[in-house]
Amino acid sequence: MARNLIELQGITNRFGTQTVHEGLDMQVQEGEVFGIVGGSGSGKSVLLRTILGLRRPQAGRVLLEGQDITQMPPEPLRAAKARYGVTFQHGALFSSLTVRENIQLPMIEHLSLPPDVLEGLALLKLRLVGLPESALHKYPSQLSGGMVKRAALARALALDPKLLFLDEPTSGLDPISAAAFDELIAYLQHELSLTVVMITHDLDSIFRTCNRVGVIVDRGMVSADLQHIVDHLHPWIHSYFHGVRASRYLPATGVSHGA
Amino acid sequence: MQTGYTDTSEPGAGANPPASLQLQRSGATATLLLQGPWVAARAQQIRDALAAADLAGVTHLTLDAHAAQPLDLAGGWLLHHYLQSPACAGLTVDFVAGVPDSLRVVRQTLADSTPHDVADPASHEPNPVAIIGRRVWLRMQALREGLAFVGRVVVTLARACRSLRRLRLTSIVRHVWDTGITAVPIVSLIAFLISVIIAYLSASQLRAFGADIFVVDLITVGVLRELGVLLTAIIVAGRSGSAFAAEIGAMKLNEEVDALDAAGVDATETLILPRIIGLTIALPLLTVIADMVGLAGGALLCHELLDMPLQQFINRAAGAIAPTTFWVGIWKAPVFAILIGLSGCYRGLQVRGSSRDLGRLTTSAVVQSIFLVLLADALFAILFMEIDV
Repeated sequence: MARNLIELQGITNRFGTQTVHEGLDMQVQEGEVFGIVGGSGSGKSVLLRTILGLRRPQAGRVLLEGQDITQMPPEPLRAAKARYGVTFQHGALFSSLTVRENIQLPMIEHLSLPPDVLEGLALLKLRLVGLPESALHKYPSQLSGGMVKRAALARALALDPKLLFLDEPTSGLDPISAAAFDELIAYLQHELSLTVVMITHDLDSIFRTCNRVGVIVDRGMVSADLQHIVDHLHPWIHSYFHGVRASRYLPATGVSHGA
Repeated sequence: MQTGYTDTSEPGAGANPPASLQLQRSGATATLLLQGPWVAARAQQIRDALAAADLAGVTHLTLDAHAAQPLDLAGGWLLHHYLQSPACAGLTVDFVAGVPDSLRVVRQTLADSTPHDVADPASHEPNPVAIIGRRVWLRMQALREGLAFVGRVVVTLARACRSLRRLRLTSIVRHVWDTGITAVPIVSLIAFLISVIIAYLSASQLRAFGADIFVVDLITVGVLRELGVLLTAIIVAGRSGSAFAAEIGAMKLNEEVDALDAAGVDATETLILPRIIGLTIALPLLTVIADMVGLAGGALLCHELLDMPLQQFINRAAGAIAPTTFWVGIWKAPVFAILIGLSGCYRGLQVRGSSRDLGRLTTSAVVQSIFLVLLADALFAILFMEIDV
């Protein structure tokens, strides 16, 4: 049952002489929540852009549901892009559109729906992410940071994707909002049987929501189940999961300090 | 579309297989069998199929959704909507093989809200008197804000003049470069084209009276007094007025203006004064260049059109212009520069919230500065007429 929904093979990304990824491999299985972790400047966002088909890597293949999107002609690529939802780090809501129009935009572009269905689905998606109806007619500049993230999630869910990408979903939120957002993601992932790939710095998010974690180190990726990744011997990974901020999680997860 | 990339679960996939509905009735009980992909892309089909189901006289409805694969949230919502509709009022509904997941999620999500109209707040307009009142009030407020801005710039200027450091010479030089030096080619070209236009227009008219020689008068007076400075100002309003508004507006969006403010640095002093002063220096210089190119173009055109030797052009031009003609044009330049600089910066500072604001206010900076330049020029024309210059 657990087939690979996403598979990256030998991805190399280069900017001029600077190599960000070299021979990077990654697999995400259907139904899991996969966290991507890495130091600042390690190329998390570049990797996400590569998976989304927004950037063509210098080498390697990106398979989404078994289809290599790096070699895909534009038209099927557009169709493939309609099958996943993305939220960007700062929301990237269209600032000239209301929240309702933001949510409806992908539906209008990709489907032809009767107006009342369009209204009903926009409201459904809005409530699904826990926003009040009063947010429907607001512009992004009138929303708080947490509401922007939720509205962006509603837009990402507009086409009922089975695959969801989240770029730092909890960054810039207070711990209470961040925890609520983590819960929301876990709830949606379970209820809608989503596969979630999230970039995050937030250890809380990782321990609360992720099944597996991929760490970008030395231009490649080390990935393992959450229980095993914390014991990895790579110095960066070790200090990431055994730093001051991480220490409170380790006894709770029942993992011994391996190294 | 190439096959192999398609997937039946994808939104917007081809038309087969369709979403459908089978109704089996036996007396007062009925069974609805949902089939095919109940997804957003099939909303219209699902809608039609549900509307066609005749439940008259049915009191007990059984739903069997196991054959509807996939059944996404849109399908769930349509089903939910249908079950809430008058067609199903008073029915007892049960499900074979449980409530479908997506319907459960929809019910859970919409549980604490009665489906009422969420009217767009913009759609209910208040009465006309209120609209007029609001408009007037907003206009008054805008006027007051504009005046306050001008006042702030003047006060900041007065304060900055007391110390050289506060005048930010580096910044002024940069703006002289940006708004002046880099505009030289386009301003020269426009000035030349203007002299071509006046020369052709006047030559064709004056030739009828045998008054060819007055073409020189028209070109020299026209370029020096009015057109040189006016067209230069309009070009600069388009180039630099918009640049000021866009630069400052983007800085506002990026919270850079707030960052300056929070660092105890006066944004008016660092962002606005150097721009206005730089432009006030650059525009008169550009006008001088436009005048020169315009006159040179006039001489060339007179030579080509009227076979007038250069010496004769110079002699005639010297006779045509009064000692004040050149200065009348030049004195307007700094005034135009201040108007352009003020409206560009003011509109930039008004940007808040969204990128849409940025575009709107950049446009309005250009339109407003060109309007103000023309208005000021008209006032100058009346003034100079009255004082007989």
